[in-house]
Amino acid sequence: MGVFAMPSLGADMKSGTLVEWLKAPGDTVARGDIVAVVETEKGAIEVEIFEDGTIGRLLVETGEIVSVGTPLALVLGPGETLDDVSLADAAPRAHPEAEPDIVSERVSIPTATAVRASPAAREYARKHEIDLETVSGSGPSGAIQLRDVERPSPAPKTWGVDITAMRHAIAAAMARSKAEIPHYYLTHRADLSEALAWLDEYNANRPPPERLLLGVLLIKASALAIHDFPEFNGFWEDDGFRPSASVHPGIAIAIRGGGLVAPAIRDAGTLVLPELMQRMRDLIGRIRRGGFRASELSSPTVTINSLGERGVESVLPIIYPPQVAILGFGAITRQPWVVDDVVTARPVVSMTLAADHRASDGHRGALLLRAITDRLASPEAL
Amino acid sequence: MTRDELRTAFLEEICAIAPEADLADVEEVTDIRELFDLDSMDVFNLLAALHERLGIDIPDKDAPRLLTIADAVDYLAISVQG
Repeated sequence: MGVFAMPSLGADMKSGTLVEWLKAPGDTVARGDIVAVVETEKGAIEVEIFEDGTIGRLLVETGEIVSVGTPLALVLGPGETLDDVSLADAAPRAHPEAEPDIVSERVSIPTATAVRASPAAREYARKHEIDLETVSGSGPSGAIQLRDVERPSPAPKTWGVDITAMRHAIAAAMARSKAEIPHYYLTHRADLSEALAWLDEYNANRPPPERLLLGVLLIKASALAIHDFPEFNGFWEDDGFRPSASVHPGIAIAIRGGGLVAPAIRDAGTLVLPELMQRMRDLIGRIRRGGFRASELSSPTVTINSLGERGVESVLPIIYPPQVAILGFGAITRQPWVVDDVVTARPVVSMTLAADHRASDGHRGALLLRAITDRLASPEAL
Repeated sequence: MTRDELRTAFLEEICAIAPEADLADVEEVTDIRELFDLDSMDVFNLLAALHERLGIDIPDKDAPRLLTIADAVDYLAISVQG
């Protein structure tokens, strides 16, 4: 028997609201299936299961706020039935109603009251001395969301990204990063003539849906290079650096109207370019519609930020903890470039590595940027 | 297809990409890419959508000719004639 538990979707997440069950008891599930939707400060997120089996029993009802790690459902293995399963295995939440005080540790107000509210809403209400009893909630089961207390009139439930909550999440992560991580920065400029010429030729004879964007080449080249430099790929934890065997780059994606998330494209270095393009397109589409999967948010091992063609020349990015490195690509600009002692105009990108000096040193960082440059100079090998 | 139909098709696809875009008051010669903050993935999706809808393959290098409503209608009118 297995337990499907509330996942941690970021270092700053303490609890989440179960918004919707997508599977019912008796349903067969396979690793990777989306089983539930959870609402966090980052918005509504689809949560996958990581084992095969059959849903035995749901332990948490829609609308409940539970802390990270709380069992949400029992998953039965082949041949198992609920009779085989001791409910004690599913402690501490076999009887959710009996323990109404399991909510975010940040919330000091007991939730035994009838008012349902998100942790952010409670915090805001406490600070501003707003009586939650007087606020009507727009969340699941009428739960009060941050936006309801900030703007006391009832707001329609938007199935998407809560920009205010996201701002709080970004603020917490970035402040922690700047306070705790000793960043160092390295910048290198690369001539993208070969990469762009290869891309033009690739795209020229293909219909629009089958074409590639330059960003895909940047991600592939970076992921392949980072694989050879493990000290930039993984997590800084209490007892030191824990490298990751696989490279799952988080791709920084801006959200219309403000906000930013960096969900992972898992094993990006192993995907062929059309597949990587498809994954990026799918991911950006879902982010902007407000639906992303739990594993995409919790698993990035490093982050890549590309300003895109309407950006500026360079970016000095901030590491997303507990990661230890982030790559920032500026916009491509035509610049004077010396080739064989002759100045010529070339399309140039500036790339900056921000890395955690506890986990790596500048010499290796420089080698990493050179390795990415080399890979971009041989686009046919990507 | 008439120019009005092409205009409608173009505006609908822009709306699909940038749902918050209020196109009612946009001038014909305004740079919509700047106005609605469209990035390269948005432009990719626009070309893909016009491909599906109108059956035309707009080359990447012609994307700058779709920056304003007026230019886009002109360009699409020529393209759909083949």
